[in-house]
Amino acid sequence: MSSERTPLIQVENLRKYFPVKGTNPFEKKKYVQAVESVSCTIYRGETLGIVGESGCGKTTFGRTVLRLYEPTSGRIVYDGVPIYDSEKKISVNMLPYRRKMQIIFQDPSASLDPRMTVGEIVGEALDIHRLCRGKKERAERINELLNKVGLNTEHANRFPHEFSGGQQQRVGIARALAVDPEFIVCDEPISALDVSIQSQVVNMLEDLQNENHLTYLFIAHDISVVRHISNRIGVMYLGQMVELADSYELCSQPVHPYTKTLLSAVPLPDPVKSRARQRILLEGEIPSPLNPPKGCRFHTRCPYATDRCREETPQLREQAPGHFVACHL
Amino acid sequence: MEKDNKNLLEIKDLKVSFFTPAGEVKAVNGISYSLGYNEVMGIVGESGSGKSVEAYSVIGLLQSPGKVVGGSITFEGENVLDFTEEQMRQFRGNKVSMIFQNPMTCLNPVYTIGNQLIEALMCHDKGYTREAARKRAIEMLELVGINNAEKRIDQYPHEFSGGMRQRAMIAMALICEPKLLIADEPTTALDVTIQAQILELMKDLQHKANTSIIFITHNLGVVAEICDRVSVMYAGHIVEQGDVNDVFYDPQHPYTRGLLSSTPRMDEVTRERLVPIEGTPIDLLNPPTGCNFGPRCKHCMKICLREKPPLVEVGERHYSACWLHFKKEDEQEEAET
Repeated sequence: MSSERTPLIQVENLRKYFPVKGTNPFEKKKYVQAVESVSCTIYRGETLGIVGESGCGKTTFGRTVLRLYEPTSGRIVYDGVPIYDSEKKISVNMLPYRRKMQIIFQDPSASLDPRMTVGEIVGEALDIHRLCRGKKERAERINELLNKVGLNTEHANRFPHEFSGGQQQRVGIARALAVDPEFIVCDEPISALDVSIQSQVVNMLEDLQNENHLTYLFIAHDISVVRHISNRIGVMYLGQMVELADSYELCSQPVHPYTKTLLSAVPLPDPVKSRARQRILLEGEIPSPLNPPKGCRFHTRCPYATDRCREETPQLREQAPGHFVACHL
Repeated sequence: MEKDNKNLLEIKDLKVSFFTPAGEVKAVNGISYSLGYNEVMGIVGESGSGKSVEAYSVIGLLQSPGKVVGGSITFEGENVLDFTEEQMRQFRGNKVSMIFQNPMTCLNPVYTIGNQLIEALMCHDKGYTREAARKRAIEMLELVGINNAEKRIDQYPHEFSGGMRQRAMIAMALICEPKLLIADEPTTALDVTIQAQILELMKDLQHKANTSIIFITHNLGVVAEICDRVSVMYAGHIVEQGDVNDVFYDPQHPYTRGLLSSTPRMDEVTRERLVPIEGTPIDLLNPPTGCNFGPRCKHCMKICLREKPPLVEVGERHYSACWLHFKKEDEQEEAET
């Protein structure tokens, strides 16, 4: 999509720990290490997909980049300006940046206020950022936004419960677009929708990206959808980024053993191919992020784990141009 | 369909309606199919297509205001709909059992896994002593791949992870060796790697225990992997049915084609734009007079809006309900109007 590749967001060693309430007040405080030292760059105009299983920290990562969660440590640079830096103690007022960075949530019915009409929901952001002069301009802008996402003008006076899931998600997208952002975090925007509606929303997101020159961070657990929509994909496991590469390269030549298993587990809608292929089955379950394994976090389930993997945490290194892997092998 | 006495289950023209204050919702509107021994039938459809309702009526778990209003369900020659409450209880568990999408809705949180397994077994087979039942329960847990079953059997559902609970539920469903297992979206709530484990397990158990399975899902990939035959449902009707290979490689109904072309595929080589099915699923309170898929169909003809299409045989054991198959005869009529 874009060839110049100017970085829009740079994330360095981002950490987010959530404290866990212990029952014993004298015990050492425990933390869920939801995101542990994730670094990546999101280029202007691209779609970076993040995949991983539930609990791998992909949603937390998305929200922490927007500073909806305050990071525990690390550095976030937006368009050359650091908006958070734990070492230099920078943490800017986010309000102006909210105009540029928006989010689409997973569950559309939960993220829309049931007591506000669709017009009010979409218009709220316009009011906060004082983007419209006068009522007339505001109403026009709301109409324009609703039309953009395939809804009608009359829908503005209805409440969220009057819409189907797919339409609610469209309202969520219209709300995110209201402030004319540059960057949108799509946090599982289609997983709550029906199969036939999913492709409608995917196509719409692609169209909106082309029209408005948007940059997406697309978070989902469905790898086939992420592969379809993304330019690059990052794979997360237990709070860490284990592999990051061009989406087609990642799917055809995965390097990290976890990526390989994840890809082989995706069901293919093709009876002959899906029965013929050899599947890599993982033993066991994901370890608790409260007490992650030492060394490489994947070593407890990795078929190739060595002693080094148990001791030393692998860093994300560039193995081939643009293909980053965190594995000792 | 096939008139064959070897069928385990035969459903004929089944109609299930929900009588809601807003009116009658025809959730399942005349579906027929048969299921042979040792066969895995996939039922695909979107939410609200009636796929679960149909399965619930087979096992007699339909909740009011839902009611079977027509048709028959024959299981090994007996009509399930005529069963008394007591017969139904014997039927469930012994002959048919079910696994659900969310294991926590099925497992009782205040009893240990073992307790629940033993209860299921002793309810249906009076010959078991408690010790023997416990031994059998441990065997069953080992069979579904739960390590350290002797210890695990005394744990509570909350001590199990999502995948383990699903395994425990499969163990519970299979402990009485039913002939038919109904799996209602058993892997939807699970992660892909765990889903792969559960699918492998179900395939394995199916071969070992010779159980027939009705596998309800909305994931075409899962169907391709585990099912022998597949029925595609849309708004209470089966729109296409056939062997997995026929349906996936030679889909006949526009809805099936739409579903297949709107799913992004891992094996696509170029980034092609998805072809979505436009529109939204119909409101079952006010279904259209003609074909239910008509309003969303690219090939919609005049007759599609007037009359419901019948299920016709388009290949060997391959059926589809669409007026397009009658197009030749229809063209004349179109010309007249």
